[in-house]
Amino acid sequence: MYSPASEPDIDIQLQELEKLTEAILTKYGYDFTNYAMSSFKRRVTMVLKKNGLSTVDQLLQKLLYDPAFFDQFVLDVTVNTTEMFRDPSFWKVLRHQILPILNTRPEFNIWHAAASTGEEVVSMAMLLKEEGMLDRAKIYATDINHVVLKKAQNLVYPGRNKDLSEQNYAQTDPKGKLEDYYQMADGDMVFDPTLIANVKFKHHDLAIDHHFFKFDLILCRNVMIYFNQKLQNRVFELLHNSLFLGGFLALGAKESLIWCKIADKFESVNDSEKIYKKIKL
Amino acid sequence: MFSLKNKAEKTTVVIGGSAGSFPIVNRILEGIRPQYRMPVILCLHRLRDKREGFKEALEIKSKLPVNEPNDKSLALPGHAYVAPANYHLLMEDATHFALATTELVQYSRPSIDVLFESAADVCGQHLIAVLLSGANRDGATGMRHIKRKGGLLIVQDPQECSMRTMPEAALQATEVDYVLKTEDIIRILNEFH
Repeated sequence: MYSPASEPDIDIQLQELEKLTEAILTKYGYDFTNYAMSSFKRRVTMVLKKNGLSTVDQLLQKLLYDPAFFDQFVLDVTVNTTEMFRDPSFWKVLRHQILPILNTRPEFNIWHAAASTGEEVVSMAMLLKEEGMLDRAKIYATDINHVVLKKAQNLVYPGRNKDLSEQNYAQTDPKGKLEDYYQMADGDMVFDPTLIANVKFKHHDLAIDHHFFKFDLILCRNVMIYFNQKLQNRVFELLHNSLFLGGFLALGAKESLIWCKIADKFESVNDSEKIYKKIKL
Repeated sequence: MFSLKNKAEKTTVVIGGSAGSFPIVNRILEGIRPQYRMPVILCLHRLRDKREGFKEALEIKSKLPVNEPNDKSLALPGHAYVAPANYHLLMEDATHFALATTELVQYSRPSIDVLFESAADVCGQHLIAVLLSGANRDGATGMRHIKRKGGLLIVQDPQECSMRTMPEAALQATEVDYVLKTEDIIRILNEFH
């Protein structure tokens, strides 16, 4: 019954990944050395297959001598799967519990850390607009990757995501219809550019760069799952430094900061949606 | 009662299932010894947008406490863990989980292949993998990878499965140690206690 697979499977060793990430750090200044290796390994395996390579050494040679290939590599190994209003229950809590607090402040700053292709940036802008707060928001969206940042500014999203986007939006106690915010063009959803008029897009690498502004709310959801705990600790400190006292930090549904070194400087505001408040400097 | 084909000490159990596997998993968690010596890690295909209720449904009959792991949390002996909705569950090392929101694998997130391959990498010959009823091919590649790393493979007897595509795909992909009905799966798991 058992027949061996036609093509040999690629089996990457941890030491090979260490060599790869060290070499990339030295040559390009991108630091993947403290990424969670379980996921990183899957990404690198995918890159090998996509390019018809069979070993990490072959990949390394190509990376070191071909900067354009490296740019594509960064795009491929970083994770850019996101959706509009991912986890609708989170957006509902944001609408009813967090935004009313921000609304008491004359102006407020929001950071989408590792914003990827911008689905959450647009989602947030729609929410703010519906609550009459968009004009007073100063918003930053950052990512390690220039290509996805450009996409985020285009506001063009594939029509195949329309149903999911609408389903999610409908569960956030919306005050309008999703279709009020976009028009269909060539099978894509093209969102209203005024939504991101207040958004500054900026390159920022959580693994290397420092804080650059102070915020009332930071969204960093399902980003740190790709980091090991050492890097997670660094990023928690960076995010802490980037928050005003009383500012909020939103993580992904299965991320937690209770174990991190500076856990005592935050308190949980909503356990199931993983929203935390900075309570100590 | 079983002559064990794979003598290496076992530290971790992974179980994958899809359509038709839910009652089987319930029965396994009911039949397994309390304070089981290893973590039992489950990847079951489930609705992506339903976060609540799944763990609770598994808990009702389970002899082991059931958790949905947070990112980088510990895999403890005597506990059952189930992959959360809309995340891939991976083993980061022999004792820590990791989560990912990466692309669907075999139309699935969580995907059994993703859990099995990562567990094989960090547990090697100390891993037991069980693949149950299901209507797609998820898990087959993972089983082959576990075999290559020296783990022990168990597949639910396709004749007992309400959906046999998944166990049959694994049987075609690699050499499996045991093809067993549910009660025998429970018995062999308890022999490793």
